[in-house]
Amino acid sequence: MAVTQLVGAKIHRREDPRLITGHGHYIDDFTRQGTAYAAFVRSPFAHARIKSIDITDASKAPGVTSVYTARDFKSQLAGTHPAAPAFVAEKKYIPERFPIAEKEVCYQGEIVAAVLAETRGQAVDGANLIQVDYEELPAVMDTEKAMAKGSPLAHEGAADNISWDLTYTGAEVSDAAFKEADVVVKERILQNRLAPIPMEPRGVLAEYETYDKKLTIWMSSQNPHFIRLFVSGAMGLKESQVRVISPDVGGGFGSKISPYPEDYLVPALSRLSERPVKWTETRTESIQNATHGRGQYYDVEVAAKKDGTLLGMRMTQYLDVGAYVGTFSAFQACACLMAGGAYKWKGISARTIGILTNRVPTDPYRGAGRPEATHLVERMVDLVALELKMDPVEIRRKNFIQPKEFPYTQNFGLVIDSGDYEKALEVALKMVGYEDLRKKQAELRKQGRYLGIGFSTWIELCGFGPSAATAPATGGIALVESAQVRVTPTGSVIVYTGTHSHGQGHETTFSQIVADQLGVPYDSVELRHGDTSEGTAFGYGTYGSRSLAVGGVAISMAAGKVIDKGKKLAAHMLEAAEEDVVYENGSFHVKGSPDKAKAFGEVAFASYGMGLPEGMEQGLEAVAYFDPPNLVWPFGTHIAVVEVDAETGAVQLQKYVAVDDCGNIINPMIVDGQIHGGVAQAIGQALYEEVVYDDETGQLKTGTMIDYMVPSMGEIPTLNLDHTITPSPTNDLGVKGIGEAGTIAASAAVINAICDALSPLGIKHVDMPASPDRLWHMMKGAGK
Amino acid sequence: MIPAAFEYARASSVEEASKLLNKYGEDAKVLAGGHSLIPLMRLRLAQPKALIDINGIKDLDHIKEDGHKLRIGALTRHVTIQNSKVVHEKLPLLAEVAGEVGDNQVRNMGTMGGVVAHADAAGDYPTIALILDAEIVTNQRTIAAKDFFKDLFTTPLAADEIVTEVVFPVANGPHKYIKFRRRLFDWAIVGVAAQKMNGGWRIGLTNVGPTPVRANAVEEALKTGAKPEEAAQHASDGLDPAGDLRASPEYKKHLARVLTKRAIQQAQGQ
Repeated sequence: MAVTQLVGAKIHRREDPRLITGHGHYIDDFTRQGTAYAAFVRSPFAHARIKSIDITDASKAPGVTSVYTARDFKSQLAGTHPAAPAFVAEKKYIPERFPIAEKEVCYQGEIVAAVLAETRGQAVDGANLIQVDYEELPAVMDTEKAMAKGSPLAHEGAADNISWDLTYTGAEVSDAAFKEADVVVKERILQNRLAPIPMEPRGVLAEYETYDKKLTIWMSSQNPHFIRLFVSGAMGLKESQVRVISPDVGGGFGSKISPYPEDYLVPALSRLSERPVKWTETRTESIQNATHGRGQYYDVEVAAKKDGTLLGMRMTQYLDVGAYVGTFSAFQACACLMAGGAYKWKGISARTIGILTNRVPTDPYRGAGRPEATHLVERMVDLVALELKMDPVEIRRKNFIQPKEFPYTQNFGLVIDSGDYEKALEVALKMVGYEDLRKKQAELRKQGRYLGIGFSTWIELCGFGPSAATAPATGGIALVESAQVRVTPTGSVIVYTGTHSHGQGHETTFSQIVADQLGVPYDSVELRHGDTSEGTAFGYGTYGSRSLAVGGVAISMAAGKVIDKGKKLAAHMLEAAEEDVVYENGSFHVKGSPDKAKAFGEVAFASYGMGLPEGMEQGLEAVAYFDPPNLVWPFGTHIAVVEVDAETGAVQLQKYVAVDDCGNIINPMIVDGQIHGGVAQAIGQALYEEVVYDDETGQLKTGTMIDYMVPSMGEIPTLNLDHTITPSPTNDLGVKGIGEAGTIAASAAVINAICDALSPLGIKHVDMPASPDRLWHMMKGAGK
Repeated sequence: MIPAAFEYARASSVEEASKLLNKYGEDAKVLAGGHSLIPLMRLRLAQPKALIDINGIKDLDHIKEDGHKLRIGALTRHVTIQNSKVVHEKLPLLAEVAGEVGDNQVRNMGTMGGVVAHADAAGDYPTIALILDAEIVTNQRTIAAKDFFKDLFTTPLAADEIVTEVVFPVANGPHKYIKFRRRLFDWAIVGVAAQKMNGGWRIGLTNVGPTPVRANAVEEALKTGAKPEEAAQHASDGLDPAGDLRASPEYKKHLARVLTKRAIQQAQGQ
């Protein structure tokens, strides 16, 4: 341990001065000499046959060097879009997907041609001159109708629109619970389709060096090693011939995990044209083509006893897969496995159905399945409480898994590592002033005003993950994490991680961990990531709140190996037995003789010199891979207080309290930042955001930031945050993930608050986004 | 979001701008703050062949008191109007409205003349201009506000005609502008302006049709002694707003009534 402990300290993010002052290096900041610019022609129709493509005018346009259609890529790219088995190993139907359409387009935005030109503007002008003759086909836009026999098909020639239909647990699993029930509540719960809106859209710059047969790709990705794996395979290259650099990345929220058509097409264009090729996504392209999140509905029934004891649940997830199966799309089915939330149940029956439509594919979006599960169970628990006229706090207290019951094996066999759900709830109740709020609510109701208090006592599974669980889910590669710690001769430290920071602050937190563990100054630790030619052979990227709980632990393990070697060398230098040497505050010394010591820097320098112990190699560096024994399970309580305007239906978020538990905290400021961003994003889902397509034509209606309503600073109230700390027994750092917690928790809190506010009108459930127009119509319908 | 190619010319006087407009004809657009025009160009919804930048014209950025009138130069930025002492004293409603336009970036760039000439149904100034019988002055003539907002994005401006000033009457009695929107920087789903003037009320509605609307029936009802909540019931008389992603037509009509009531009540409470 260092004299001043860095772990747990509120240290400003090291990356911020660079990023905030405009000195970051995002994908559009990179160019290579002789770069040609790509623009893509995209289908204006949701579903159509391509009859012909006329490139004559485009080919003659100023600056245009070449125009390509699907046929040109057949010799360049092989295989179909990867679709990981995830939680749905046996899929019925995965439509073939080539990065560029040849005969049929299946969503608005699907690529049909590519134009290369000397400037970006010329490429776009050229693309506008390409004439595509389409024959429109019926678009499948309604998930429910898409399941019916005789429905139009999202893909011509398919048997039906069902990609998967999996029953995890049949009705028999919850039958006994439902027989015991005094009350059964039912609801259909919608999950609005969301666009990820990273501040930086995607982009790819690729340079294929014809003579060396080497490909370098600069791109905005959460996951550079996986991109290397996928793209090298498709292009017939060895992984060793491909280098992927993912520099500063301005947010991903899950949308930059999976490979995209452009990730294959731009490198292929470079190989075809023998020039570096660059493509930068526009905001409209991003809203149209970046994988969407949510887009589901659930039919749920819950059985309970009169006293509020929860008994059983039956739920079916209907998931709009979109036109193709996203690489990690089926991961969203984890909503089924998480549907029980923080509570004890006798039996849960769960089924997931993945339905193909003519919309852009869905894939993980911050939380991916877990926000849906939280929203579902927290809504249903409130509906039971309403039915039984119970306080929503009481029903939660009554059904929580208790601290002494951890590790707790939940209904689907997943083992929850640790928790103290009631503690977080109690802290939050105190912060919000619960009793006073209920009094205020009663007074306001007398005046015809609608104040509501909403709870979300959320839990999460994250930190993917154990090899036994994740290797089958990805189709072979375990989502463990790698790290390399290198000590230079002068004692400074370079740390390589296989995770990828795109807003998470890894440069800061990971350096805090290493500086503490090695006892070296924080400033002499450098963190590197995002370049497949640096560091370990493989990295696993950042998603699913895994970076600290898996990657951070791997770093700590590698640092431990460095200390182990240092001890051997120090013992040799001090002429002491290795077991007598201890490492403290950046110095190796003999037990009981603190003055008989060698500083870390001295040992580092010596490790590159002569006279090492017999059999010891020069150098001071180590690689570690961490395969976690379990997932980690953060939790917490969020409370939202809203007032719904009785005349306009406008929702005013008056107060927001969040008490979260992510185990040990490395940097409280970064944890709070993650909660802020996550809560804001979920408020977006609850009140503002929805991707809307025309029901008939499949035209995207929310293609700009004007119509796709991301909330701004003005819409987010001050968030009152606190934490409880229940360390995870799963890893030596005792940490859990926090990157998705806010998003997982908050939509339920906000919607529960609105439902609570409107309960005097007999309104029990409200769909998202809870727009003023929607609420006004509901209030009017309720006879007020 | 890459605009089509266009020519660019910067005018240093109204005469020069007019000449340049003449040269390019219907295909030219005047660039003032650019906060409406440039997004349209980036989406290629507008593809002017030429932009005539008037930001270099010196004498168009002014706020002048002229007897019982306030003359606001076409290039006066929203932020200037929002912070102007004269406007606060002589026409506080306009300062209030200016402070509600977009966000800081928009208010720092956007102009009075740009909003008026663009004639977007969601523009806030046109409503104020209409109910206060403002005049729109161009390099060729003076047009009454009631004759200016013809239809959505449609004004009587000729191809070489440039708005140079908007002239408002002084009105510093009770007033209120309520801009109902989902997000702080959004346009109004429905906006309502209320201004007491010469002993009567002027009531205007934003974004409930292709042009700003003066709520004559409400004004009449108030004149005959109706209470605000009674008079406001007439706010949706004759309205036929289009529905959009934010609001259905019936909700907009409902908002027109509710917000009219609130605007009058809040103005009275001042």
